[in-house]
Amino acid sequence: MEKITLAGQIFQYLITGLTVGSIYAMVAVGFNIIYNVTEIINFAQGEFVMLGGLIMVFFYAVVKLPLVVAFPATVLLVTLVGILLDRLAIRPIRQPTVLTLIIATIAASILIKGAAMLIWGKDPYDLPAFSGRNAITVFGAVIQPQYFWVIGFLIIVVIALSIFFDRTIVGKAMSACADNPDAASLVGINVQQMILLSFALSAAIGAVAGITVTPISLMEYDRGAMLAVKGFGAAILGGLGSFPGAVLGGLIMGTIESMGAGLISSGYKDAFALIVLLVVLFFKPSGIMGSIEISRIKRF
Amino acid sequence: MLRIGKLPIAVFALFIIAFPWIAHKIPPIENYTDIMIFAGIYCLITLGLSLLMGYAGQISIGHAAFYGIGAYTSAILTANYGFNPWLCMFFGMIVTAAVAVLVGAPSLKLRGHYLAMATLAFGIIVYIVFNEETAWTGGPDGMTGIPGLSLLGFAFDSVDRYYYLVWIFVFAAFIFTANLIQSDTGRALRAIHASETAAGAMGVDISGHKLLVFVYSAVLASLAGSLYAHYLNFINPSTFDLFFSIKLLIMIALGGMYNLWGAIIGAGLITFLSYEWLHYFEEFEVIVYGAILLLVTIFLPKGLAGTPEIVKTWFRK
Repeated sequence: MEKITLAGQIFQYLITGLTVGSIYAMVAVGFNIIYNVTEIINFAQGEFVMLGGLIMVFFYAVVKLPLVVAFPATVLLVTLVGILLDRLAIRPIRQPTVLTLIIATIAASILIKGAAMLIWGKDPYDLPAFSGRNAITVFGAVIQPQYFWVIGFLIIVVIALSIFFDRTIVGKAMSACADNPDAASLVGINVQQMILLSFALSAAIGAVAGITVTPISLMEYDRGAMLAVKGFGAAILGGLGSFPGAVLGGLIMGTIESMGAGLISSGYKDAFALIVLLVVLFFKPSGIMGSIEISRIKRF
Repeated sequence: MLRIGKLPIAVFALFIIAFPWIAHKIPPIENYTDIMIFAGIYCLITLGLSLLMGYAGQISIGHAAFYGIGAYTSAILTANYGFNPWLCMFFGMIVTAAVAVLVGAPSLKLRGHYLAMATLAFGIIVYIVFNEETAWTGGPDGMTGIPGLSLLGFAFDSVDRYYYLVWIFVFAAFIFTANLIQSDTGRALRAIHASETAAGAMGVDISGHKLLVFVYSAVLASLAGSLYAHYLNFINPSTFDLFFSIKLLIMIALGGMYNLWGAIIGAGLITFLSYEWLHYFEEFEVIVYGAILLLVTIFLPKGLAGTPEIVKTWFRK
């Protein structure tokens, strides 16, 4: 048996931290998409991740569809949930204030969680890793092949989103809503549709996060709230509204959590990320990449 | 809406005084006095919380933590060190106030709803601490041996006696809160809720007032926690989890956040739902709560306390 050195251990924590961090980054990106268009903090963001994982378990491990079919089918289904969230919980509110809209997303998150418990029960579910579980060892750190899938999908999501927001007319229309919804509607952009699209898009990204992480950490019905608050922490750390910030924030958050759990106390594993969230709120609420100017313009 | 009428208070006080007597007469609801104790404890929390939501326009999803800090401060100091319970109750309120300032001040300085996420994170952290600091809190198994309350040799050792004690606290808090709303502070809060910019331009200290309400609501939650601990003589962390914070939110939304009666109605209804009427749903009651919260938000934005207003406008048409 090889001797485990401290350096090797730290390298191990870094790798797992970056993997978990990629998940937080995807959740944070989802927060930002909805926040930018609507100024709502969507408390149901973590439920998308949970649903992604559990629906994938159904398609891939129970129905035994091939990966290339099960993956898009799951994303599609969760996207549908995102659309329903907007249609059934957000749009029916007659006198929308940010306060009531946030409460509506909290209500939706309880409902989704309850429905998931009804369908899947309380047990955690496993999903076969996409390319087996033969770990490779680098510098004394054990690396699961699934780690590459998670980090790879974060990269794909980031590239796809940059192309979407910079190169397509719909993406540009969404950015316009983010800057100024009134002006956007004056130039003929359908703001309602953009809000719907923002919920669909962030649900889809949440689903991808859930699908890729389940083979590593399993998935159960009540994982959503914790994922949401950590993803939000990542978004705040990076600067709420900033996409590069969300990715950076997620990766840092994951690394801190993994190091903290490994080196300080595993019982407090979940607390580290939240303490970071509070510290950032206290000392630099604009985050690493956010700007004070933007946070002043926003009503929220 | 602002003036709390004397007649409703008198009627309500009579109802509360007579309740245990009525409950004893009707066997199927004999245990309702016990449930009313919990309803009273939750009323203490929702009174402060409705001020925070309805008047300061802020959401807290971490009041279970303040409730827990009150309960654990009382429990640890009385059960392990034998201090006077009333002193510990007061001490718990001071500790909670200090913690609330630490959590609230930074996030309330920012515009918007950072407080919601800050309190959510804070609530989860405190819950983890209750579970992990086994030497102090007993961990997930909880703490036993918390003494009951007594005053000048009079022990609040029966359900009826504790019931009156709790509801005296609720009435005191209700009247204090109602006066707070009608004071300068209350006017400033309403101005802030209507328009932060305008209120700020008139020289109202916005973050200061919001913080005051937040701390006030946290202190009430702490008091409620101490009362809870001394009534059950046992506490464990699961009472103070995230879902309890959300339940508080549902109480406020259901009752109505723009009216103090809403806090009472919401706390009462949800308490009876969760202790008595939702047993049939077992663990799936969470779906019922989600549905209540969503439907109320969509169809009754002012909660049940706002329905008389709706009915009045119908008749005028």
